[in-house]
Amino acid sequence: MRLTVNGEKVEIEGSVSVRQLLVSQKVATPEYVTVQLNEEFLNTADFDSTMIKEGDRVEFLYFMGGGQGRNEVQ
Amino acid sequence: MRFSDGQLERYSRQIILKEVGVKGQERILASKILIVGAGGLGAPAAMYLAAAGVGTLGLVDCDKVDLSNLQRQIIHSTRDVGKPKIASGRETIRDLNPDVKVVAYQEWVSAANIADIIKDRDYDFIIDATDNFPAKFLINDASVLLRKAFSHAGIIRFQGQTMTYAPDQGPCYRCVFDSPPPADAVPTCRRAGVLGVMGGIIGTIQATEALKYILGRGELLTGRLLTFDALTMNFRHVSLARREGCQVCGANPTIRELIDYEQAACDM
Ligand SMILES: [Zn+2]
Repeated sequence: MRLTVNGEKVEIEGSVSVRQLLVSQKVATPEYVTVQLNEEFLNTADFDSTMIKEGDRVEFLYFMGGGQGRNEVQ
Repeated sequence: MRFSDGQLERYSRQIILKEVGVKGQERILASKILIVGAGGLGAPAAMYLAAAGVGTLGLVDCDKVDLSNLQRQIIHSTRDVGKPKIASGRETIRDLNPDVKVVAYQEWVSAANIADIIKDRDYDFIIDATDNFPAKFLINDASVLLRKAFSHAGIIRFQGQTMTYAPDQGPCYRCVFDSPPPADAVPTCRRAGVLGVMGGIIGTIQATEALKYILGRGELLTGRLLTFDALTMNFRHVSLARREGCQVCGANPTIRELIDYEQAACDM
């Protein structure tokens, strides 16, 4: 089955859930990743029950928190 | 507004742009932009906005300049080590462009002060140049509740991301990320590192968005998350839809007051 993950073509074997795709794509912190499936946000609660289909476009969106560089914290 | 000869010369390269012109330069000089965080992202954003002639620049930061900041926070110099970042930032901006009035807030943003800071000068646009999720969610929620446009950004290692929120023009940060990750769950620059230029690239994009918003020109990064990977030089746009169930901008918002999330115990 062919799909697009973060803009890259990916080929996977068999049927997989979004949760399994997170594992097979080696996503570091799957519990804090936002998933968009065909441009729709997916609830974390649906990661197990949502199956990936041929041609799906999947985006993993990551928290990115740097940019101020505080030395002291309140 | 009458321009002085010095101003006509100073801003000539952008006044000549048909998207800017005399009218646009007047708008820039009359604009008020709030930058939360005078570090990696905020430094280049503040400097470019000051150079462009933004009339009022608010700078919020409680920190002092540390030697380890100078690899990327280019608004500060070696002689500024130990000085409050807002004092150092204000001096750099004053040297760069005396047309700019800097309003300095030597504090960290919190649920108690952020609305007052935004309302202080009725800022037109806010730049989230912070490095922690409690502040990022706070800026988002305050902007949504006060109907202000803002630019979100984050950088780490060789990567960056940025998006723009404008009222009624697409999703907010919380549509994309529902709530902050627990402290320490996500790597930080202090532990993971960051290439100094990342703040320059992404912070300059934030400044660009602010200027476009002020000018009412071009297409903002609303409804789009721009991600950048410096190692591959890939810029990508991810289309973002508004989330109906968003806690702050959705159909039935549950967040009506600002929230102070737990601050990480260690430095972010
Ligand atoms: Zn939202």
